Amino acid sequence: MAHATLPDTDLPTEASWLSRNKLAIAPWFFLAPALVFFAIYVVGPIFESLYLSLFEWNGLYDAQGNSTATYIGFENYVKLWDDPNFWTSLVNNVLWLVLFMLAVPLGLMIALFLNQDVPGMRLYKSLFFFPFVISQVVVGLIFGWFYNPDFGVVGQVYKALYCEETINIVGNVTFKCAGSPPDILSSPEFATYGIIAAGLWPQIAYCMILYLTGLNNVASDQIEAGRLDGAKGWKMLWYVVWPQLRPATFIAVVVTVIGALRSFDMIAIMTQGGPFGSTNVLSHYMYETAISEYGERYGYGSAIAVVLFAIMLVFISYFLWRMYQDEKGGR
Amino acid sequence: MFPRPIEKSGPVARIGYQAFLPVALFIWLLPLLAIAVTSIRGAKDINAGNVFGWPSEFKLWENYTAVFTQSEAATYMLNSVLITVPTVLISVSLACLAGYALAIYRFRVALPLFFLFVAGNFIPFQILMVPVRDMSVQTGLYDTIAGQFLFHAAFQTGFCTLFMRNFIKALPFDLIESARIEGVAEWKIFWYVVLPLVRPAVAALAVLIFTFVWNDFFWANVLTQGESAKPITAGVRALNGQFVNNWHLVSAASLLAAIPPVAMFFLMQRHFIAGLTLGAVK
Repeated sequence: MAHATLPDTDLPTEASWLSRNKLAIAPWFFLAPALVFFAIYVVGPIFESLYLSLFEWNGLYDAQGNSTATYIGFENYVKLWDDPNFWTSLVNNVLWLVLFMLAVPLGLMIALFLNQDVPGMRLYKSLFFFPFVISQVVVGLIFGWFYNPDFGVVGQVYKALYCEETINIVGNVTFKCAGSPPDILSSPEFATYGIIAAGLWPQIAYCMILYLTGLNNVASDQIEAGRLDGAKGWKMLWYVVWPQLRPATFIAVVVTVIGALRSFDMIAIMTQGGPFGSTNVLSHYMYETAISEYGERYGYGSAIAVVLFAIMLVFISYFLWRMYQDEKGGR
Repeated sequence: MFPRPIEKSGPVARIGYQAFLPVALFIWLLPLLAIAVTSIRGAKDINAGNVFGWPSEFKLWENYTAVFTQSEAATYMLNSVLITVPTVLISVSLACLAGYALAIYRFRVALPLFFLFVAGNFIPFQILMVPVRDMSVQTGLYDTIAGQFLFHAAFQTGFCTLFMRNFIKALPFDLIESARIEGVAEWKIFWYVVLPLVRPAVAALAVLIFTFVWNDFFWANVLTQGESAKPITAGVRALNGQFVNNWHLVSAASLLAAIPPVAMFFLMQRHFIAGLTLGAVK
């Protein structure tokens, strides 16, 4: 072996250094473009937001091109503490998180219902998945229209249930109703639930597809063994199938948590945070505060974003910890 | 297979199941069907309150042409394409390179860097909003197509790298090892050995990123102002304000916005689903 490395010394030193350290240098060449891009647009801005949350700033620059921000320390956070809109948003975020979790069991239910092998099943499965593929803007518009008390489904159902149709002598149809139909999106009490229900529609579809793939991979010999032992129905599901669905469940929970905390589109489309801020969540309240008609409040908005980021970070850390455990177990 | 295959449960259960399937699907997709039907209604139906019954007249062609002639829908659609396609190209290419580096080389910061990309993918958009908007205004990228696809490409690189790295890690390492012993240069190993093998991952990422970015609404609002650079999602919202109570036109515009990702999904279904499971559920 010793003489095999000897010819190396005859080469120019630069080349030998390069070739000796080839495996240490090469990854950085491959990584550089992605890292630079990611640093500029993602990593940098996170720290900038943290920094900006300590300032009061309307986003403007003076004639010399210097930012007009003034340092105010933690005042933005103090203001947040006394801001009722912030607390409403935070409570709604919790509501979203909790209720959005329904997507996981409901998705599993639909997946179990669809996990059959009759003709045309593939098409059925993909059609059930549809709601996830279309934009949340469109979903928000559809449901906003559904909830409309005058000409939406809710209005029509109400009419059918609580209204008496009378035809007078001239032949005109009039409706006598016991009260007016509920206007879900204008009611501070129910609007958030209405939006969450709309948001669940695509999310259930997402969880369903995760579970369908998961069910596809359940070891059939274990199921057969379970059957021989007399397990069926719930018992089979609980003791044999569910443990094998763990990877699918993990991803379903991850994407549902992220989806719940990221909810923005539906709120912006359906209520814009109203009525009276009752449907705001942190993501939307932040947007509204930072870029509003009443002037931009970049500092205060950043402070809201930092709070949301901190909440998300709890979950992200947990996910990363789980992934790290897997990595250690892997190679 | 779980639950028990329905064929084993006798003809009644099987026929019942097969009869119930379309009913269930109908209920599940009712909201979508409602806008599909509404998009071919005439204004008469909308004004008469007939929004769920059978249409009294069919105005498929009229409604869809009205969307294009009475609004900027064509511009919005084109913008969406111009934003989405470069995003896919850039983020997937960068992720191929970065994923290769993180999967193949053993160096101390490989795992922390990998986790950085993963974490970046999960953060709330709002923590990036003010700096990215400010940076775009400063560099003249605000309210432009490029401003949007550059940001999207950078952000989606996180997800793509996560996916690509896991995919490459699952390839047999012997292939790379033996190429190295043969003395093949590192970039050649990437180009000739690894790249041909990651084609399924590239396909999965391409459809997924296409759908994510096509459906983006938040950044469209943060990074644009006028009509010239708005994608279709923000456009549909603008149309909703413009066509007040013209539900047939709003529905038609909404369906137009939904068609490209739906088509993408149908054409590349298998890849799409592989991507959604983050490559973890094979």
